[in-house]
Amino acid sequence: MNKANLLDRRQVVSTLLANRKDVVAIGGLGASTNDMCAAGDHARNFYLWGGMGGAAMIGLGLALAQPQLPVLVITGDGEMLMGMGSLATIGLQKPANLSIAVLDNEAYGETGGQTSHTSSAADLVGIARACGINDSRAVTTMAEVEAFAKAVHDISAGPRFANVKIDSANLERILPTRDGAYIVNRIRADLGFQPI
Amino acid sequence: MHARADAADTAPNWPDDIFATLQRFDVRQVPYVPDAGHSRLIQRVLSSFTMRGIALTTEEEGVALLAGAWAGGQRGVLLMQSSGVGNCINMLSLIPILRFPFLTLVTMRGEWGEFNPWQVPMGSTTQGVFELSGVKVLRASHAAEVPVVLEAAAAQAYNALTPTAVLLSQRLIGAKVFTK
Repeated sequence: MNKANLLDRRQVVSTLLANRKDVVAIGGLGASTNDMCAAGDHARNFYLWGGMGGAAMIGLGLALAQPQLPVLVITGDGEMLMGMGSLATIGLQKPANLSIAVLDNEAYGETGGQTSHTSSAADLVGIARACGINDSRAVTTMAEVEAFAKAVHDISAGPRFANVKIDSANLERILPTRDGAYIVNRIRADLGFQPI
Repeated sequence: MHARADAADTAPNWPDDIFATLQRFDVRQVPYVPDAGHSRLIQRVLSSFTMRGIALTTEEEGVALLAGAWAGGQRGVLLMQSSGVGNCINMLSLIPILRFPFLTLVTMRGEWGEFNPWQVPMGSTTQGVFELSGVKVLRASHAAEVPVVLEAAAAQAYNALTPTAVLLSQRLIGAKVFTK
């Protein structure tokens, strides 16, 4: 395994969200949701503290409900592996406004750094493409991250998928709110929906 | 995969009753894992202009999808068979945490004249799994009661955010017939 030039996860996520405008962002269980918070709390951040494997599907539900809004799922390799079938479901629906970025450190960082399947066997880019997500990118440079961040705003050309190789550094945890009803209702309010 | 005993010539109306209720409650996203008992309803959904049928690879995807749909302002309903309920368990934890309206319609296997013993264990625990997971269970066993049960289920799920599963009995659907 060549570990040279791996990207910094916080830098990747702040770049993805730097010019977010109307993006709704979903952070998968694990460090990804913390990275999203570290980039700055936002009313349209959907932080997950559970439901491992569900991030991409939450993104699909949102993307289908709001086809005029860019929806961006930011999650980890372990979380994505658990929800791998959802790539086939997304490939079938082809929501043009949905983007998925996987922060791939090839490890289960939250549970002791155990090696994940992406370290030597599973190729998430190949899987996403084979599931019908034609725009599937292997990302290894910040320039490619910037290009993907721009593409997220093109709501006519998705779905798109990026697997971003990041380093396995354990960073200080920046914890978002863990009140799920608050998170959902804050997004709904920002999109103009009233409480029930 | 296999036809049910009641083939097209005796096609029941209750799936149309379900469709009408879902339409009236403005249900927009309909994730499903196919089941013979749901085939007519799935057909209606896929040919609808207001609903979107979303084929899943596994049922838990549907739970997460409905959470996203609600955050984006839409209601949904999850269609599955009883064996799929077990696949959902951890994802059901999203429902009380995120407080989104959850309605699922479950065609039952493993009861009422079942031929396949492999369906029985999960069919027997379906109701218990839901109840332990905080989902209220209603059941319809006869075609005539489907409209009122659906009405009650949709009302409490969408108006009162009471997570609700409707079990559509194998007695209602007809036990699957296996022929060589």
